[in-house]
Amino acid sequence: MNTKISHHIYGWLLVMPAVILMGTFTHLPSVTTLISSFFSNETKKRPSIFIGAENYEYMFEDPVFVEAVMNNLWYSLGTIIPSIILAIIMALFVNSKLPGKTLLRMAYFTPTILPMIAVSNLWLFFYTPDIGLLDQIGALFGLESHNWLGDTNTVLACIIVITIWKEAGFFMIFYLAALQNISPDLKEAAALEGSSKLYFFRRITFPLLMPITLFILINATLNSFKLVDHLFILTKGGPNNASNLILYYIYEVAFSFFDFSYAATITIFLLVILAIISLAQFVFFDKRIHYR
Amino acid sequence: MKDQIRIFSIETISSWFLGIIWISPLLYAFWAAFHPQEYSTNFDLTAPIVLDNFIEAWSYAPFSRYFLNTFLIVTFILLVQFVICTLAAYAFARFEFFGNKILFYLILIQLMVVPEVLIVENYKIMSQLNLVDSIIGVGLPYVASAFGIFLLRQTFKSVPKELEEAARVEGCKIFSILMRVYVPLAKPTYLAYGLVSVSYHWNNFLWPLVITNSVETRPLTVGLAIFGAPESGVNWSIISAGTLLSVSPLLLGFILFQRQFIQSFMYAGIK
Repeated sequence: MNTKISHHIYGWLLVMPAVILMGTFTHLPSVTTLISSFFSNETKKRPSIFIGAENYEYMFEDPVFVEAVMNNLWYSLGTIIPSIILAIIMALFVNSKLPGKTLLRMAYFTPTILPMIAVSNLWLFFYTPDIGLLDQIGALFGLESHNWLGDTNTVLACIIVITIWKEAGFFMIFYLAALQNISPDLKEAAALEGSSKLYFFRRITFPLLMPITLFILINATLNSFKLVDHLFILTKGGPNNASNLILYYIYEVAFSFFDFSYAATITIFLLVILAIISLAQFVFFDKRIHYR
Repeated sequence: MKDQIRIFSIETISSWFLGIIWISPLLYAFWAAFHPQEYSTNFDLTAPIVLDNFIEAWSYAPFSRYFLNTFLIVTFILLVQFVICTLAAYAFARFEFFGNKILFYLILIQLMVVPEVLIVENYKIMSQLNLVDSIIGVGLPYVASAFGIFLLRQTFKSVPKELEEAARVEGCKIFSILMRVYVPLAKPTYLAYGLVSVSYHWNNFLWPLVITNSVETRPLTVGLAIFGAPESGVNWSIISAGTLLSVSPLLLGFILFQRQFIQSFMYAGIK
């Protein structure tokens, strides 16, 4: 009995610092975000008052918000699938017996450890009209110069390419880990049977990579709603909001327009999206555990 | 056999092609940074190699102060994370205390609700605590890390209980059991988590941008964003030099300890 009670006390004492800090900076602000989304914004002239769902009604009619959500959907789709495909290809390259594979692995992985701000500085040069590398290459083929980041039709694609570049190498290492877990016996057996490399990939490697693909898929989706650093350098959400994303819009509303209540409302929307994706993760992973 | 060699070489060429594409933005930055400005878009191999761009970048912005700030932020976060996460992970791994399961799930929520998403309310909280524009303010939302607690809990759980009992027989108290048995055995986890945490916070941008507003607290990323903004009128070569300067410590560390970096990210991601 005595040890039981001391277990409760010690347990609580040990988690206390973590609980207090996390409560203050994760749980408490989540709740206050919800509360302030039901109130009007406090200004010097007018105090904050309860306005029910008015902020939410405004949000769904706000064309900039709707555009940011649509952009974010395209951004997610456009970054996740290509970076997963590239990650698998990279992992296969690095896992085979190619010459210089250590250097290759380094080349693929390096973007992961660079800050998004530095990455944006590097890429800005590629997209600059006339003197930028993209236009210089285009000029070789007689193409006219193009303002890639200034055109509403191309700006989102430019942002997507950078994100793929940044993330593919990171996802590669998870595939690499999975590939290294595939038993060499399987490969030997396949070689004895005389099956082609492509056949082996399609029937053995790819199915074995499915669980890790699910894991990466969910994490990539979460990332696509949280990664907006490059917008600060490259586009500031423009031109005409063509590259605005949800989290960037939250920042703009709060710290450029100083409408904290409305920013809280959009934050709740983002939290709901993140919660749905995370729940999907729980459901899928529970299933995976049952299979074992 | 012949067939295999052919495929092999196509693989080699395409893997290297992809590798060169992947590293080219960085290679270009090196080119621009180490050559005079007039060669920044003119790839003449005979161009002279100079260091002027670095010197100028260093004089345009208070990089040394930014370096110090980033170093302080990263160190503060890492040290406090280690202490807080170790204690909490130990509790979750070895103590059956009231409400431990619910509490653990509540902590895992942070994996989803990262501090970046809550910039608005966290800014308000920081201003109430009078911590706006301080190094501690930049680090505090991150120090109780659900990821760290989770990772260390997994490791502590895999420590055989007999070791703990042996230590207890020798008269060790709870805290010294933690320090003498668990922490030494979790060294690989600390290394992996430490590398991931340092890379994350060296590169973190959005929250530091919101919470800092002076040279004395601004980390490198925020300084670099101000420095590289088109309004600042600084040219390509100097921006490239500044960018390389600010990523150089992490890049150098990565090149030297490539294996550990990649293994740490792998280990931390898969757990």
